[in-house]
Amino acid sequence: MRLKMLAAAAALALGVGSAQAQISGNTIKIGVLSDMSSLYADIGGPGSVVAAKMAVEDWEKMHHPKFKIEVVSGDHLNKPDVGAQIARKWYDEEGVDVIVDTPNSGVALAVSQVTREKNKAFIGSGPGSSDLTGSKCSPNTIHWVYDTWMLANGTGTAVVKHGGNTWFFITADYAFGHALERDTTNAVEKAGGKVLGSVKVPLNTQDFSSFLLQAQASKAKIIGLANAGGDTINSIKQAAEFGIVKGGQNLAGLLVFISDVHGIGLEKAQGLILTANFYWDMNDKTRAWSKRFAKLDNNKMPTMVQAGVYTSVLEYLNAVNAIHSDDGGKVIAQMKKKPFDDPLFGKSRVREDGRNIHDAYLFQVKTPAESKGPYDYYKLLATIPADEAFRPLKDGGCPLVK
Amino acid sequence: MTTLFGISVPALMGQLLIGLINGSFYALLSLGLAVIFGLLNIINFTHGAQYMVGAFVAWFLLDKAGLGYWWALLLVPIVLAAVGVLIERLMLKHLYKLDHLYGLLLTFGLALIFEGVFTKRFGSAGLPYSIPDKLSGGYNLGFMFLPTYRAWVIAASLVICLGTWFMIERTKLGSYLRAATENPSMVQAFGVNVPRMVTLTYGLGVGLAGLAGVFAAPIYQVSPQMGSSLIIVVFAVVVIGGMGSIMGSIVTGFGLGIIEGLTKYFYPEASNTVIFVIMAIVLMVRPQGLFGQR
Amino acid sequence: MATDAKPQHEEAAQPLVSRDELWEARYHRNGFVALFAILVVAPAVVYPVFLMNALCFALFACAFNLLLGFGGLLSFGHAMFLGMAGYVSAYAARSWGLTPELAILAGTATATALGVVSGLIAIRRQGIYFAMITLALAQMVFFFCLQAPFTGGEDGIQTGPRGKLLGLLPLSDSTAMYYTVLAIFAFGFFLIYRIIHSPFGQVLKAIRDNEPRAVSLGYRAERYKLAAFIMSAALSGLAGATKAIVFQQASLTDVHWTMSGEVVLMTLVGGLGTVFGPVVGAFVLIAMESYLSELGAWFTVAEGVIFVACVLAFRRGILGEIEAWLRRRRHRR
Repeated sequence: MRLKMLAAAAALALGVGSAQAQISGNTIKIGVLSDMSSLYADIGGPGSVVAAKMAVEDWEKMHHPKFKIEVVSGDHLNKPDVGAQIARKWYDEEGVDVIVDTPNSGVALAVSQVTREKNKAFIGSGPGSSDLTGSKCSPNTIHWVYDTWMLANGTGTAVVKHGGNTWFFITADYAFGHALERDTTNAVEKAGGKVLGSVKVPLNTQDFSSFLLQAQASKAKIIGLANAGGDTINSIKQAAEFGIVKGGQNLAGLLVFISDVHGIGLEKAQGLILTANFYWDMNDKTRAWSKRFAKLDNNKMPTMVQAGVYTSVLEYLNAVNAIHSDDGGKVIAQMKKKPFDDPLFGKSRVREDGRNIHDAYLFQVKTPAESKGPYDYYKLLATIPADEAFRPLKDGGCPLVK
Repeated sequence: MTTLFGISVPALMGQLLIGLINGSFYALLSLGLAVIFGLLNIINFTHGAQYMVGAFVAWFLLDKAGLGYWWALLLVPIVLAAVGVLIERLMLKHLYKLDHLYGLLLTFGLALIFEGVFTKRFGSAGLPYSIPDKLSGGYNLGFMFLPTYRAWVIAASLVICLGTWFMIERTKLGSYLRAATENPSMVQAFGVNVPRMVTLTYGLGVGLAGLAGVFAAPIYQVSPQMGSSLIIVVFAVVVIGGMGSIMGSIVTGFGLGIIEGLTKYFYPEASNTVIFVIMAIVLMVRPQGLFGQR
Repeated sequence: MATDAKPQHEEAAQPLVSRDELWEARYHRNGFVALFAILVVAPAVVYPVFLMNALCFALFACAFNLLLGFGGLLSFGHAMFLGMAGYVSAYAARSWGLTPELAILAGTATATALGVVSGLIAIRRQGIYFAMITLALAQMVFFFCLQAPFTGGEDGIQTGPRGKLLGLLPLSDSTAMYYTVLAIFAFGFFLIYRIIHSPFGQVLKAIRDNEPRAVSLGYRAERYKLAAFIMSAALSGLAGATKAIVFQQASLTDVHWTMSGEVVLMTLVGGLGTVFGPVVGAFVLIAMESYLSELGAWFTVAEGVIFVACVLAFRRGILGEIEAWLRRRRHRR
């Protein structure tokens, strides 16, 4: 009799236990938090929402899940307080389970903290600061596509090897710019170069003239642009206006997206060396997906951030499906379990510190003569294998790494 | 690198020249504000937004009608003046009998409306506007490469500023304007249509803002926030120069641009605050401004 | 700045307190009861974080109204008190490990000190010049906050989890935090009410209405104005410091000059020179901001439209109009 009761109790307990691994409201809600209206809108922005929705559609077709999937979006206006408030409201009030994209490292760092507090998930394809998997790493965050260490050691090292051994930085004055300047300085000095100085510029500055003049006065061979998006476009255009390159100095765009090259034009952008993890014209898979994307996004080819949003949503949904839970910490842990074959980025693996590693590529912008049409902008100079492209696990200072 | 007492002359000259360019915009915009305040006693917070709209109209003319820079220089001030006349007739004229601060609040609200509408429509990243061909290229001055367009901005602003000053201080029309604000009833009794003068004056000030917007389009990028970042600095310029004094704002505008340039060279961190520090000091010591009389 | 409509006080003949004043006192008492009854039960129905945000801004607007509505001084730089207090409070909580109430105290003290310094500079001037000086000072504070290392510049300060009130009550629970904020708001609100209805407040109003006459009666107008300015600064700082603890962050948004404009709008919409007006104005605007946030820039447009409408046609604000109507109704009887 007692044995039967014990068995029944055990069965009940097991039943209750397994019921706890469930998906709240039988809905998975994905929040695309991005810069929808300002200098990073073309890098992520509405295009990221398109990518997320494509991922949901494709995944649902493949897996026919029993739960519903919804996508919501929000504009963080490049302000960490706005981003954090939206994140809190989404997590508390609207049942959002995961936030993706988030270009702007300041916002991403704030959102990462809120996500950890609420035990949700954050998969950032947009931000750059390597601190997201370094001193500020979190068990609820994955840094999906690129980071400042990768850019610094890709572009920075290559440029020094080509002879650009004295540098002056024009730096966007916030988390991303600071991290990029710091990581590039380390890479340049390791390669035998020297940094002569730097100037901090407010985000979304329209007029770079006085900063470019300071760079010119330093007589450094390379003016490193530790900024992105609209800032990079303006810096490069105005540098042409002030005859900087004619005067013998060269610009190094440390973070350049295909949308930027499109905005600057090949005439002014040709010869720029840049590091990226995705280019629409790399192989058949990327070409096919990118053409689908372009049809949905005003004929614009996807940036690596938008491609990252697509695959991060796919992998997130795979993990949710595998453990049948939307518990943030558990899903992120599941995503770290095995290496996987990313449809757009190739062989990938998420490390303990939350860093997703895959190959990086050194590209150079084509000359107008070499380009056969719109968005035919890059030629491949070199491939950096995944294990070398990113900062070694032990160097990050992440408390999660033992 | 030539140095004089440890100062790199080329670098310093470069920053001074940039400062002069910025100063041209300060002078042009504070001129419009000073005209409006000096003659109408209205604090036109919308001035920055009107400057922004001017730049956008120039962009529209190029993008939609294929009308380039030179057309814009002519048409934009007229369009903006018309906008100004509308604002004055519909809204501002009701506030003249009230405390000045209501005018400030109304124009502040209008600035928010303009900025919000344009941000909604165009995002906040900025639209490109290319430098007109006749003004592209530049001069190699040895210590820096001066783009032709920026030299043009300095020259043209000076001409317009001095021209406006001349018109207001030295011509008959100007004297009517000045009399009408000092003693409206008497001037009205002489048969001058005072309300119309007031409206036209506001239109003139706004037109000047629009013109500054056209000048700015090729170098500062056409963006909905371009006015709000500038308006506070321009206020400071007007206050320092003397809120009613037209020559005061011209001199102070160029002067403060140069001071900002100097500060960028010697003490870059303070370059944003130096204008406000000067404004606070002037307000404490001589509140009517350097050139104002009150 | 004189408002259009002012309460008409009958000459107190025989009774020590006029009938009008009795009516006002009763109206205020009823208002308090209604207001706090609603606020006490509200978190059951409305998102508590929204309520806390609105309460902090309500306190800010009340503090601003003390200076503008009752003191007649338009400051265009009040953001410096809100924001600076927020930064110090957030920094104290994160880097010095202070408990929330001590962090808030530190922030408030900073705002008070800033109020003393800026008040001494600004109070010598009147009207538009006063507004311009406060704007200049606020801009200096803004650029200081942009560049000082401790504020984190564009990134702001993130404090991490909220900590325990007095070392005992964990504030990470939204309910506990809400009632704490409500208590702080109540304290500030009643303090301002007492100030307004004290002899000091009466003199302040007299100076607002007719400064030369007040001076001729022997009152040192500058001292009163300076005192009002400092009190307004301190309470704005209390609002900012509390807000930083609630949201666990401090950012440049709170020291930007557009924030100074927003508090003017809240006070104007709610009703300048009324007791409850700023509270209503703050709730209206924060509600608009939260529930219209998907519309992005339309919110800025809406703010502008409300400004224009208020200035042209609706100068008394929501509560000003309500109170005027109530008084008309009363006198008609």
